[in-house]
Amino acid sequence: MARFVTRRLVGMVVVLFAISVLVFLIFNVIPGGDPGKRICGKNCNNALLTQINKDWGFNDSLPVQYVTMMKKVFTGELVSYSSQLNVDQQIKKGIPITFSLCIGAAVIWMAFAIVFGYLSAVKAGGFTDRALTILALVGISMPVFFLGAILLLYLTSKIQLFPTAGYVSLTSDPVQWAYHLFLPWITLAVLFVGFYSRVLRSNMLDVMNEDYVRTARAKGLSERQVRIHHVLRNSMIPVITLFGLDFGAVIGGGAIITESIFSLNGVGQYAADAITNVDLPPIMGVTLFGAFFIVFFNALVDITYAWLDPRIRLGTEAR
Amino acid sequence: MSEQLLSVRDLRVRFTTEDGIVHAVDGVSFDLAAGEVLAIVGESGSGKSVTAQTIMGLTRSPNARIEGSVAYRGRELLTADDEELMRVRGEEIAMIFQDPMTSLNPVYKVGDQIGEAIQAHRHESDHKAREQTIELLAAVGIPDPSKRVDNYPHEYSGGMRQRAMIAMGLALEPTVLIADEPSTALDVTIQAQILRLLEQLNRDRDLAVIIITHDLGVVAEIADRVLVMYGGRIIESGSLEQIFYDPQHPYTWGLLGSLARPDRPRTMRLSQITGQPPSLLAPPAGCHFRPRCPHAFDRCTRVPPLETRVGENHADRCWLSVEQKKTLRVVKTGEIGLEAPAA
Ligand SMILES: Nc1ncnc2c1ncn2[C@@H]1O[C@H](COP(=O)(O)OP(=O)(O)OP(=O)(O)O)[C@@H](O)[C@H]1O
Ligand SMILES: [Mg+2]
Repeated sequence: MARFVTRRLVGMVVVLFAISVLVFLIFNVIPGGDPGKRICGKNCNNALLTQINKDWGFNDSLPVQYVTMMKKVFTGELVSYSSQLNVDQQIKKGIPITFSLCIGAAVIWMAFAIVFGYLSAVKAGGFTDRALTILALVGISMPVFFLGAILLLYLTSKIQLFPTAGYVSLTSDPVQWAYHLFLPWITLAVLFVGFYSRVLRSNMLDVMNEDYVRTARAKGLSERQVRIHHVLRNSMIPVITLFGLDFGAVIGGGAIITESIFSLNGVGQYAADAITNVDLPPIMGVTLFGAFFIVFFNALVDITYAWLDPRIRLGTEAR
Repeated sequence: MSEQLLSVRDLRVRFTTEDGIVHAVDGVSFDLAAGEVLAIVGESGSGKSVTAQTIMGLTRSPNARIEGSVAYRGRELLTADDEELMRVRGEEIAMIFQDPMTSLNPVYKVGDQIGEAIQAHRHESDHKAREQTIELLAAVGIPDPSKRVDNYPHEYSGGMRQRAMIAMGLALEPTVLIADEPSTALDVTIQAQILRLLEQLNRDRDLAVIIITHDLGVVAEIADRVLVMYGGRIIESGSLEQIFYDPQHPYTWGLLGSLARPDRPRTMRLSQITGQPPSLLAPPAGCHFRPRCPHAFDRCTRVPPLETRVGENHADRCWLSVEQKKTLRVVKTGEIGLEAPAA
């Protein structure tokens, strides 16, 4: 197990390094990316520009510039080119919002996906199943920006059921926190509810034909026990794997559109702004932040998977 | 006369599939008495497993049509509701399945799966259930049961898994154990051990056993009575002696003829019954065995009834006269077979 974890950690570092290099290179070849001009601003003149390029080290070779930037990343001194604000602090400010959004949405999406997938599988071919199938397909094919806009239009302005925007921190008022996040949660969760319930349904239908399910019935368990203990339990293994990957991806950037629509100043919104401003330090910071979570949850998935499926668990221990 | 436990009457099971209707079981009737070992023999696809599973209500599904009657101690099981079935399953009738490799849930410990059966029926503490499980594992001959109880199925060998399945079947002390080819997937020595175990359970606990197999060798070892199935029907039934020494149906002759004989080369043993088993989608009209039977004649296009023709409780489905059978089945002096093997 220790070897397994070490291997994953080394892998994480390598991936993060590769991503940082990529972001840095891409930024340096795209047009309009010249950071000196950007910092220089409107009243720019040649003298000022030369001064800035010298101060910020923009005249150094690319590898040197890269090393300088990474040093700043690790010491927390990374500063935005356009707003001159510290990137670390900005990300930290956004984290509670992004986490509130993503974790809440994840809870909703898993809960509904399990209930819908279970019902669909148990009533396969029946009315409930068909209705849920249509709902799931609608959910999967609904673009997030469209769904978000519709919800905003109908539930905050036509009928003023929910607050339009903004974020109230969990510690200051939990009820308002949930109230404000409700629509964003739904917007972010719908796609996943649709997708996951379909995956769970088809897994369950497969597992129902397994011999061990018949064994479970033959020993006199109730149909409910058979379905939950044997069918659902075994069908959840691939779903949980998928969840780990998607959750990492949502925190690491998948929530950007939702944050923008609902004006939540989370990490995603910060990333969106940085991209519009072609502002390398925040892009670098946010990308590494996102990549970290994706890679982290990837590793977590592998470990959880081993824990859920004893065949794999014992296989890795034996090695 | 010991008590009748199970009485199956005119059981019919049909499955609707994409290709058409499969007549998996076509009018099967038999009885099982307490403490008896009944063997159901037949080729692959003859409907043995479907018969056995239908007794426990395990074939119920939207695409299955089940007719006839299965009575356990006078209680009808085919129309029983889920609650009633749950009580019968495990507690009265237990079943062990054909493939020990896939019949245990891979994600739970073997011990927990056996304990689950106990706790589903009795209000036992986890600790009590575990102790009982260890006793059961010991009773079926799992070495070091207090350690093995915490193993996962993939840590067991095939033979051990089948033993664990038997332990699970015994957990609630049923009166009937249905063993569906309990030894086919295992190698020969393990096969023999499993059979001995079943025999011992039958003797010591007075457990009635239905054993399903396609191997007459297995039957000879432990059965009291034998049903021979072909194409979803019983084509002959009788005591072990009747089936082995006075077989009435040509298919049974063929089975006996192909019974493993160490004194013959393998190819000759297996070539006894030529041709394919019947398709249950479109079975041949009349006697199902007709297309493969060297003794078939015009009457065989009608279905022969299952009738007692020679001895008490010895029934068969064949139009040939008893006299004809006596000469036709002898392929060599003192040897029974379907037809004399080509020289
Ligand atoms: N659920 C089902 N749906 C459709 N057809 C089925 C179903 N279960 C069984 N059958 C068919 O019923 C027939 C009898 O199957 P069964 O499993 O009883 O054979 P068997 O005698 O046990 O053979 P084997 O020795 O191979 O186990 C087969 O043709 C099989 O394909
Ligand atoms: Mg079978």
